[in-house]
Amino acid sequence: MSDLKRTPLRDFHAAHGARLVDFAGWEMPVQYRSILEENKAVRRTAGLFDVGHMGEVDVKGPGAARFLDHLVTNDVSKLFPGRVIYSPMCYPNGGVVDDLLVYMRAPEDYFLCINAGNIAKDVAWLREQAKGFAVTVTDRSDDYALIAVQGPKAAAIVQTLTGAKLDAIRYYHFAEGTVAGVHCIISRTGYTGEDGFELYHAKGDALALAEAVMKAGAPHGLELVGLGARDSLRLEAGYPLYGHEIAADISPLTAGIGWTVKLDKADFIGRAALLAEKTNGAPQQVVFFKTGDRRIVRADTPVLGADGTVVGRVLSGTLSPILNEAIGSALVATSSAGKPLAVDIRGTLIQFQLVKPPFVTLKKSS
Amino acid sequence: MSSVPSDLRYVKSHEWLKPSGDGTALIGITDYAQNSLGDITYVQLPKVGATLAAGQTFGVVESVKAASDIYAPVAGTVIEINPALDSAPETVNQVPYAGGWMLKLKLADPASPATLLDAAAYAKLIG
Repeated sequence: MSDLKRTPLRDFHAAHGARLVDFAGWEMPVQYRSILEENKAVRRTAGLFDVGHMGEVDVKGPGAARFLDHLVTNDVSKLFPGRVIYSPMCYPNGGVVDDLLVYMRAPEDYFLCINAGNIAKDVAWLREQAKGFAVTVTDRSDDYALIAVQGPKAAAIVQTLTGAKLDAIRYYHFAEGTVAGVHCIISRTGYTGEDGFELYHAKGDALALAEAVMKAGAPHGLELVGLGARDSLRLEAGYPLYGHEIAADISPLTAGIGWTVKLDKADFIGRAALLAEKTNGAPQQVVFFKTGDRRIVRADTPVLGADGTVVGRVLSGTLSPILNEAIGSALVATSSAGKPLAVDIRGTLIQFQLVKPPFVTLKKSS
Repeated sequence: MSSVPSDLRYVKSHEWLKPSGDGTALIGITDYAQNSLGDITYVQLPKVGATLAAGQTFGVVESVKAASDIYAPVAGTVIEINPALDSAPETVNQVPYAGGWMLKLKLADPASPATLLDAAAYAKLIG
């Protein structure tokens, strides 16, 4: 795996028994002990994730606010310093370039967090779209490391390491401060559906910070959590994953995250196509399902309508450790979405029970 | 290091076989196999009475990562399946050579286990 990129915590993971795999060109821990047990630890106590592969971009300048509002589908004008917003950014046809977090640090100073597999594509897209706006776009992905501490005990654990008043940082807000002596963007966000923090920091500080969090978390039952459990946690929460529920050919409306598309704001890339989709209806839609069966319904499995014809395909599928049954998402013909859907797994027809996510009761703060 | 008990026989596809001495044998997957698969979430087994040829697929072990076929080390007839695996497939991860057994087979040829790999040969295979 010598060609793979590494986060500063790669050796830390190996020393903690991680199984390292290629994820989007990065050598990342998929699990330490057990994907199922790591998932449960996050729901019950807390988990520490290395998400240092994610990309970071600075967007600065007098035109930054207008540029970002043109770029993404959600309403960036609602931001104020210390506030974060989740948004897709779309192509003119309404397909998704990527989904990202937009942080407003100060007027004219914004910070984006983007998916690891999309960094080069996104930065090129941002620079192209920035033409004509008074902004500078700087890829900071090589400067930042990122860990997430997630779960009902996350706040108690992080609070032991910082003088920042974490109670004052509400969900989808952030503050800058030190955690275990390391300067961090302390962001009350995550990808698990639990309360928790994402801590952006300089790469050189990553090992010290991770070890401090591990030590502080041990009495609370904090566990290291790999990308395997990260995927089942986000699917239980009903959060989209780029390349699965949202993609260049799956719009945010099709994906069921229309709340992130503000058609009433000023013009933005993809608005006309998304308005047409909203007006005319989309031919396909993303649905979430559970099956009452433990057999995992894997991505790309054909979805069958009541008459046995293929009406769609599975986008994501895993076993929910909390529900102890298969859960997933699928892209299906809109005309079939209210009717019985099933998949054939090794000769057994398994019926979908459609679910409006989240699949589990979430305890994230608000 | 994977555990490879010395009293069992093995095949390259990572199943183990434990002769009972009465013409029957227990079959499961090895510690190496369960570790490679990761969290096992589902085990699909044949019905009692099924006849299996040596090397025939008799079921599927699913983990979070993938679904993998499992193969009969020798020919025989299924006389029992492990009922515990339906609700607790993780038993295969926890105790692959004990409670994680999958089938009890009536051997077509009681001498057939001797043709399989012994522990030393299997340990060498998985290196």
